Amino acid sequence: MSNRILIIEPSAIITKGLEQVFSDLGEFEVCGILQDLSGIGESQLRSMGADVILVDVGIFDYASRPGIKAHLADFSEAAVIGILQQMTDEDTLRQFDGTIGLMDSPTTIIRKVRSALEGRTDTPREETEELSAREKEILICVAKGMLNKEIADLYNISIYTVITHRKNITRKTGIKTVAGLTVYALLNNLIDMNTVE
Amino acid sequence: MRTIPLSTATKMADLVSLDFSVLGVVNRMGLNFGFGEATVEEVCREAGINPETFLLIAKVYAFEGYLPTSETLQRANLHDIVKYLKMSHRYYTEVIVPELASALESMIIPCEPRQQKVIWTFFQDYKEELSKHFAYEENTVLPYVEAVLSHQGGRQFTIGEYEENHSNVQEKLDDLKSLIIKYMPHQCNQQEAYKALFYLYTLEDDLRKHTIIEDQILVPVVGRMESHE
Repeated sequence: MSNRILIIEPSAIITKGLEQVFSDLGEFEVCGILQDLSGIGESQLRSMGADVILVDVGIFDYASRPGIKAHLADFSEAAVIGILQQMTDEDTLRQFDGTIGLMDSPTTIIRKVRSALEGRTDTPREETEELSAREKEILICVAKGMLNKEIADLYNISIYTVITHRKNITRKTGIKTVAGLTVYALLNNLIDMNTVE
Repeated sequence: MRTIPLSTATKMADLVSLDFSVLGVVNRMGLNFGFGEATVEEVCREAGINPETFLLIAKVYAFEGYLPTSETLQRANLHDIVKYLKMSHRYYTEVIVPELASALESMIIPCEPRQQKVIWTFFQDYKEELSKHFAYEENTVLPYVEAVLSHQGGRQFTIGEYEENHSNVQEKLDDLKSLIIKYMPHQCNQQEAYKALFYLYTLEDDLRKHTIIEDQILVPVVGRMESHE
């Protein structure tokens, strides 16, 4: 049995695109398309029997965004996925069973819809993760100007592990260059001035 | 929304209001504000600049992803484009970077001396790298481009060797932004931090367009000319 999808989205281009994404598989059926929620009665929404609702966050004003799912839950038991076209605050994101962006590939969209149906939520990756103890140690070495090989030898790990740690350090801190990492380490009191000179 | 195509017959004031980044182009090309109803053609002719060249560069700034067709390039004056790149270098080194430096300097005054030192050193390194990058272009790349454009021989260099050293300069700029946005000690001067970020973003945006002109407009033209000789 195919899963029924309701799309609430004012842009014809986006709805056409989403329909296309779902039409290729047979796993999903678009059971309704609404431009917004005005003039839609409770019974109408109920009768659509959607399993998943894809709703554009932009059709709600800022203050009512965190209540989108609660609002829809009055009419439907469907999983709710937000369509995001702009930066959205956490209170709004938290309620959804998933979110899709305009740059998502068809496979990503399908995966997210499936996972929403399974009741699992794709929690967005936390961007401000703390560095782990090992990452801090390695960052200190990098800031002191040590080479990957030297760091690997010091901790008795492979160069590849060092590279992986360095990638994670850069992803977490948002800083790419050695000079930048040195500033980071100093501002965060991981090293003192004497160690770098 | 207006759909009239932009041309050299467009009024200069209209073109400028399309996107404010065009103002930088106007300024560096030495065009004087107070355009009145004059067209791009009229303003440029008066200043002795090829109007097609100006329009081409203005479009690169105003429209994301714009690249001129080969016909447009033929109408433009490539020597003027090179001149524009040099004027941009001057603008970066003589205007934006000093403004950035002064904002950063004031930003770190309330910080601890060791914090001041490390931030300032990082900026000085970045500044030096940026100057080296510009010097390389001014002394090696652009003279070569001009020689090819004037069909002069004497090749110690081909445009293919024009190494992609834009990326490193970009990385440091990104790092400086991250360091201010994410890790600046709270006691730093907030107004100056905002100013510094403003200049960094301005510089980043302008450098991005500058790189497009170099890598996606000039380099392919010179590459084609090399292979025809």
